[in-house]
Amino acid sequence: MSPIHDQGYRRYGGQRTPPGRAWSVIAKAGIRTLLAKRAFIGLLIMAWLPFVVRTVQIYAATSLPQAAFLAPDARMFRQFLEQQEVFLFFITIYAGAGLIATDRRANALQIYLSKPLSRVEYIFGKFTILAAFLLLVTWVPAVFLLIIQIVISGSFKFFIDNLFLFPAITIFSFIQVAAVAFAMLALSSLSNSSRYVGILYTALIFFSQALYGIVYAITRDSRLGWISIAADLNRIGDAIFNVPTRFALSVPLAAIAVVALMAASALVLEKRVRGVEVVA
Amino acid sequence: MADRDPVVTLDAVTVAYGAQRALQDVSAAFAAGAVGLLGPNGAGKSTMIKALLGFIVPTAGRMRVLGRDVASQPLDIRAHVGYMPENDAHIPGMNAVTFVAYCGELAGLPSADAMQRAHEVLFYVGLGEARYRTVETYSTGMKQRIKLAQALVHDPDLVFLDEPTNGMDPKGRDEMLELVRDLSHNKGVNVIVSSHLLPDVEYTCDDVVVIDKGRVATSGPIASLKQPRGQVFELRVKAPEGTEWFVERLRGAGLDCTATEEDVMRVFVPGEAGARELFALAASAHVQVRHLRPSVPTLEDVFAKAVGVE
Repeated sequence: MSPIHDQGYRRYGGQRTPPGRAWSVIAKAGIRTLLAKRAFIGLLIMAWLPFVVRTVQIYAATSLPQAAFLAPDARMFRQFLEQQEVFLFFITIYAGAGLIATDRRANALQIYLSKPLSRVEYIFGKFTILAAFLLLVTWVPAVFLLIIQIVISGSFKFFIDNLFLFPAITIFSFIQVAAVAFAMLALSSLSNSSRYVGILYTALIFFSQALYGIVYAITRDSRLGWISIAADLNRIGDAIFNVPTRFALSVPLAAIAVVALMAASALVLEKRVRGVEVVA
Repeated sequence: MADRDPVVTLDAVTVAYGAQRALQDVSAAFAAGAVGLLGPNGAGKSTMIKALLGFIVPTAGRMRVLGRDVASQPLDIRAHVGYMPENDAHIPGMNAVTFVAYCGELAGLPSADAMQRAHEVLFYVGLGEARYRTVETYSTGMKQRIKLAQALVHDPDLVFLDEPTNGMDPKGRDEMLELVRDLSHNKGVNVIVSSHLLPDVEYTCDDVVVIDKGRVATSGPIASLKQPRGQVFELRVKAPEGTEWFVERLRGAGLDCTATEEDVMRVFVPGEAGARELFALAASAHVQVRHLRPSVPTLEDVFAKAVGVE
């Protein structure tokens, strides 16, 4: 009896890419999937509205003498990135909550990890998806603002006078995105439900902020800002942009808190991203 | 298969989940071609496959797959093997052809080749007409087929199939078994079929490794395991003291005997004596032999003997 569905299975004689590039396959597929969602595109467009406002500000400050007080400086770029935090929050939840949780729900981890890719590659692929969209609403518009300032003013004077701005935007955006994306991936690996992960992330951000608020209300001491993830990142941002800060929190302490968050996230991912779940 | 060198070897492998030992000092060799990994539920079959894929790190022992060491070359091994997991598994939000092509790309195929292979493999497993449907809408049988397709898309040299007929209706099961048999016997793909269903293994495989309670109970070519050094008879008797009494008496005489019905038993007579020895024992016990028929040994006999069940 011959096979019923034999449509001619053939051996493959073509090229194979060596192991180590599967993360880019994961990243591309994830980015494509998210870009196919209208709601997400809408969210991305909204996240670029502050960029439009800041572009008008730069244009007005350059073209109208009456609006010279709006002239861009390091503080404007720092404020812009702080404004983007609200979009950072929503995009992290929308794009990040299901990254590992849905794979866990569909038992996809054993499919992924039966292919020639390591757990680190899988995590890096997922991280790239989230980080790409977060950088798209932080680093990319901030750098564009810098370029637009050069184009509108028709000179490199501002850029040369503020030569630290490009590295500051880059370093801060990457630190912020890495911390947030790692935390979200770790939370996503803890559950099979992306909705629950979204709630967990909201709780993590708001609970740490609320706790800091309570402690500050009692002690009036902002050195305890390390309790709040948002305060830690803001303190680091203020230091990188060299602008006056609201926190008495020391920068090394804020940096240690962010590194600790990333280390804890890495530990959770190491435990949770496995081809088989062992309940001993 | 001309080449009968083992494709998988395990050397004194122990896998423990906490205090529970899922595999205990297992040494086995899986020959090229189709090999059944047979055992009751909980015997350690899936654990063995997951250890071979590198999902679980053994507490002791060494394993080799396609000549490569599992501990030091897991990615190289996974580039050349396919895995069809036991439970439902897919990548959410994709239609079948995108899912299978994606798996091909993950395994290192260029994008265009992966898509072409995905179409071919989906036709091969019988999902050609349903390849643009999302996997979430598939029936259980279709999900089994797509798991096979994703395991084959990158053209592996060895495929691990964990309970491939789980949840399938009889027609679908027959078709799946045909596919598995075709892969190993006509397409040159080595196959290891993990199953607790003896007929599935007997139909698709040439060799078998039987495991029970985390240990290898027996292994070898199915044909030679079924070839006992003696004969099996199906016997119906009228015994004045009862069938059970006669069964005990046969066992006392060193024969392997199992009562199958009230007055029917299967008796294994070692050596060349055959039916004469049975008649002699019956006569000495004043038991009337009503029916005696030589019986063909089945894999079930091998399995029952290996794991010690009646």
